[in-house]
Amino acid sequence: MLTEEQVRHVAKLARLKLSDEEVKKFSGQLSGVLEYVDILKEVDTDGVEITSQVTGLKNVLRKDEVVKSEATREELLACSELEIDNNQVKVMHAIK
Amino acid sequence: MAGLNKLTIREAGKGLREGKFSCEDLMKDCLAEISAKNKDLNAYVFVDEKMALAEAKEMDKRFKKGEDLGPLMGIPCGVKDNFNTRGVKTTCCSPFLKDFVPPYDASVIKRLRDAGMIMVGKTNMDEFACGGSTEHSCFGATRNPYDLSRVAGGTSGGSAAATSADMCIYAMGSDTGGSIRQPASFCGVTGLKVTYGRVSRSGITAMASSWDTVGHFAKNVEDAAIVLNVTAGKDKKDSTTPDIEVPDYTSFLRKGVKGLRIGIPKEYFGEGIDKEVADKVMEVVEKLKKEGAKVVEVSLPMTKYAVAAYYVMMPAELSANLERFDGIRYGKKPSKTASKDLVEYYFAARGEGFGSEIKRRIMIGTYVLSAGYYDAYYKKAQKVRTLIIKDFEKAFKEVDVLIAPVSPIPAFKVGELVDNPLAMYMADVLTIPASAAGVPSLAVPAGMSKEGLPIGLQIIAPQFEEGRCFTVGDSVEKVQA
Repeated sequence: MLTEEQVRHVAKLARLKLSDEEVKKFSGQLSGVLEYVDILKEVDTDGVEITSQVTGLKNVLRKDEVVKSEATREELLACSELEIDNNQVKVMHAIK
Repeated sequence: MAGLNKLTIREAGKGLREGKFSCEDLMKDCLAEISAKNKDLNAYVFVDEKMALAEAKEMDKRFKKGEDLGPLMGIPCGVKDNFNTRGVKTTCCSPFLKDFVPPYDASVIKRLRDAGMIMVGKTNMDEFACGGSTEHSCFGATRNPYDLSRVAGGTSGGSAAATSADMCIYAMGSDTGGSIRQPASFCGVTGLKVTYGRVSRSGITAMASSWDTVGHFAKNVEDAAIVLNVTAGKDKKDSTTPDIEVPDYTSFLRKGVKGLRIGIPKEYFGEGIDKEVADKVMEVVEKLKKEGAKVVEVSLPMTKYAVAAYYVMMPAELSANLERFDGIRYGKKPSKTASKDLVEYYFAARGEGFGSEIKRRIMIGTYVLSAGYYDAYYKKAQKVRTLIIKDFEKAFKEVDVLIAPVSPIPAFKVGELVDNPLAMYMADVLTIPASAAGVPSLAVPAGMSKEGLPIGLQIIAPQFEEGRCFTVGDSVEKVQA
């Protein structure tokens, strides 16, 4: 069972602001999902390798060269809703 | 000329080349169908009629000049809203991206445009492709063309409904755990989930990177093969696309199933699977047997663990992928911009921008990746995934393809499962294993339920053997005709 305190902790890690109502709802629903996935414990996986890539490709490399992008700098900057200053997106301060 | 929207790609292409109608006529009929039906179905979230018609006229001009870009030239296509389309809103049906206009085309969109595709509009989906019913969309649910009180399936429900209701000739979608096959089955159309890496994903919003694939919906198997001829192949921008030859997929049609070994995985017909669904699929299998196919029962014992493995790995990968949504470079900034510092800004932007199903999955993903839980959940699931892959490898030593139902039940009612995430997740129980193994699977209609709802079967083949899916799919259509 995931307590509301644990839910708040995970939300903090995920940088999600949750309402009290959401915390309550997720506590129940997440516990349900986690209980369900516990059936994986039934499976004997001793000595079994992990799979992180299914078609067997390894270390696909490309030349380290500058490629012209379809999008212009102006177009990319226009995607931001924040103020643009000197071709940079202006954000709040990160360090006080 | 009314009714051109009902044509297949091949029929429409023939008519265009014989001068029976123009690309503009074809597009007009699709747009008229959208005007008539979209209010009820909510399959499209964005249609720019002027742009679509202008592009159609442009293709007509090029046809007149004697240019021929191939079978997709001038054919109207619906595009799922998680495909970046230059200059056209791409929202992933999330409040976060409600006004986002990407400055570039996804690689696969570029390929399709080079082949003369004309986009009709963007189709509805579950927010960021998370759901199983296209109810988790900030634009509201897509409805099933066969019964408006039911869902179209998800997450590519808009593309499925648009193809089924002739609001386009074909449509693009993405499939991570069943998001093309399940809605195709619910809406009675053909839907292809390709081998992992067969089609580039560059420019399509990432969900679970070790699972995501890009595929499409079509009105028949032949059309599905025609589209894959254009979309498949290596792309420099997606390093998971291997340099494996792209055959002419239409050459696999009209071959018949004589001597072909078809495996029936017993776990896909067992407990929890609607009897009517199982019976319909087996009826078709019996007919294939009469055509000379060899049918044998096989076992994929890990099937029952696939959903659990998926609901560990997918949210984990999703939560990592959606970290990029910070409301700074793109996406909505929070309405309350009183945030004093950057961290507060992130919390507010993400708290407001994501819908409930996304938050739920980000939370699961973050939890299973958090300190102390990684081995118990993610690593364990990765090992179980290896065993699922071994199941398929073993089966494909005995048989050429597998045939099974797509979904345990036909389309359910709107609202029926929306607040019961676990029940909704179980709707993917028969589609997730093929996704786990990265193998291709083609969903094809297999008849109707007594209630008048479509039932679909899937043809699963080994990696990069989409051709086999088309051979069998083509026969599945013929034996039912």
